[in-house]
Amino acid sequence: MFDPAFLFAGVLNGLLAGGIYVLVAVGLTLIYGVLHIINFAHGSLLMLAMYAVFYLWRLIGIDPYAALPVVIAGAFGFGFVLYRLLIGRYNHGRDENILLITLGLSIVIDNVALLFFGGDTQTIDVPYAGTFVEIGAAFLPLPKIISFGASLVICAALGLYMAKSDMGKAIRAVARERQGARLVGIDVENVFAVSYGIGIACLGAAACLLMPTYYVTPSSGHAFVLVAFTIVVLGGMGSFAGAAVGGFIIGITESLGGLFLGEQLGQIGISLIFILILLLKPTGLFGSKA
Amino acid sequence: MSRVALLCVVGLAAALAWPLLVPNYLVTVGMLVFFTAFIGQSWNIAGGFAGQTSFGHVVFFGTGAYTSTILQVTWGWNPWIAWIAAMAAGGAVGWMIAVLSFRAGLRGSYFALITLAFAEVFRILANSVPFTKGGLGMLIKADPSPANFQFKDPIWIYYLALLLCIVSLLIAWQLTRSRFGARLVAIRENEDAARALGIDVFAEKVKVLTLSGAMCAAGGTFYAQKYLYIDPGIAFGVDKSVEMLLVSMVGGAGTIFGPLIGSFTLMGINEVTRWLASVVPALKNVQPLSLIVYGIMLILIVARLPDGLMSLFRRRPRHA
Repeated sequence: MFDPAFLFAGVLNGLLAGGIYVLVAVGLTLIYGVLHIINFAHGSLLMLAMYAVFYLWRLIGIDPYAALPVVIAGAFGFGFVLYRLLIGRYNHGRDENILLITLGLSIVIDNVALLFFGGDTQTIDVPYAGTFVEIGAAFLPLPKIISFGASLVICAALGLYMAKSDMGKAIRAVARERQGARLVGIDVENVFAVSYGIGIACLGAAACLLMPTYYVTPSSGHAFVLVAFTIVVLGGMGSFAGAAVGGFIIGITESLGGLFLGEQLGQIGISLIFILILLLKPTGLFGSKA
Repeated sequence: MSRVALLCVVGLAAALAWPLLVPNYLVTVGMLVFFTAFIGQSWNIAGGFAGQTSFGHVVFFGTGAYTSTILQVTWGWNPWIAWIAAMAAGGAVGWMIAVLSFRAGLRGSYFALITLAFAEVFRILANSVPFTKGGLGMLIKADPSPANFQFKDPIWIYYLALLLCIVSLLIAWQLTRSRFGARLVAIRENEDAARALGIDVFAEKVKVLTLSGAMCAAGGTFYAQKYLYIDPGIAFGVDKSVEMLLVSMVGGAGTIFGPLIGSFTLMGINEVTRWLASVVPALKNVQPLSLIVYGIMLILIVARLPDGLMSLFRRRPRHA
């Protein structure tokens, strides 16, 4: 069990899974950093995007990777409209209120999915699913490696967008100082809606990258929501670097936890990290004081 | 006699007469209304009165259900005595979570999320450790007799649920008139101001979560005795947490009758969708439909009616 080759394979697998977690967590941390709301519907929206990828493949035969631009654009639009119609109106007052509203939203989304898509587990058969790449002693599935690379490229592109574009600068200004941004003429409500849209667009990208190796059911959102929160809390709420580092740590924790503690008990690591970080260092690894 | 007192007497008489007048199926529906109102009230005491929103209240429910079931099945305890132990265990878990979370200064959404994570840890443990029989769940041997906390006639479990509900209403009523309750409301409205007034915020919050945990655990044992089976997904699943939160929020968080009204409403929606499904064959999958309605109601209530359906009743006398 403590064979180093075994351990090496576990760490690599965890890193690959972590690459996609980063994308999910970046969306969540962006929404928190800019809007100061905890988007409890994050997992459910990811599940919805995964179904979109699944049906694009099933009905029109679009490869999940080829679907990236469409799903990202669609997810952005969905998030933007969702913010304008629902979230934005109640994005004020007690912070539990928006948590409860997004909880309600996730209940609605999960059950609408159950109603229309049924409870069956759905997977996509891509022709390259069975291709493996040998790295050292580890055999890694090719789609996982592609997804890992694509996730990093998308994160880098997002980082570049945030650093260079006018909208990116406006978003960072609003995140830093809401009132000041309004005073210099930034349309803050629009920045909120765009930020929420980008957060959901990240989920669209994650959905495309997950589907070649993962499955989707209406309850898939549950599996991701605590993972995503753990990454964001671990890295520090609102911190991009934190989300990236946290994603990899959680990916490896999950992989090694499964390896050493078994499928069932292995999941406990994530929840324990979440609890310990909140209790001992709520600002996370990279977070500034709230 | 005040209007509220009159309504209480009429309601109690109706609740007592109900199982004598309707078929067994509706007796069970009534039992579920009062049982859900009871566990909803346990959420309401912490989440409504004291403003400590929890997303993982099921951790207490499951602790109660597993404590009494393990004591009964593995150690041969009498279930009534095991019930008391279950409440003590639920209170202890509430105390532990409160001390850990509130000492770390967690508030609002952070407290909600950490309770969710605690429930998840308990669920995974119950799934993995040997003394809970893991994912197989635990069966309680059927042996109907009042001494065994098992009843042949559903009427008795109905009356027991009604009794629990009444006790929980009395506890909530006591909260509205005691200094302890007033301190909780002060903490909910403004924690820093409450501290400035000399309230020991930490101690009060620990107290209320201990009380809430013990109550919720009592509900867990009741559930296990009614269905004679529990597994980690039922006992520590997200669904029960959401149910407790929903009935309180929908009925009116921080009000005495909120959870009961919420429980009535949700059970009513359940029955209507079930009936719809039997009439309209296209809607054979009922459960998601009622949950969709719940979710929409939660959004609407938080957005438009923060005091829940209770405020619809209360507004009238104010204008009269």
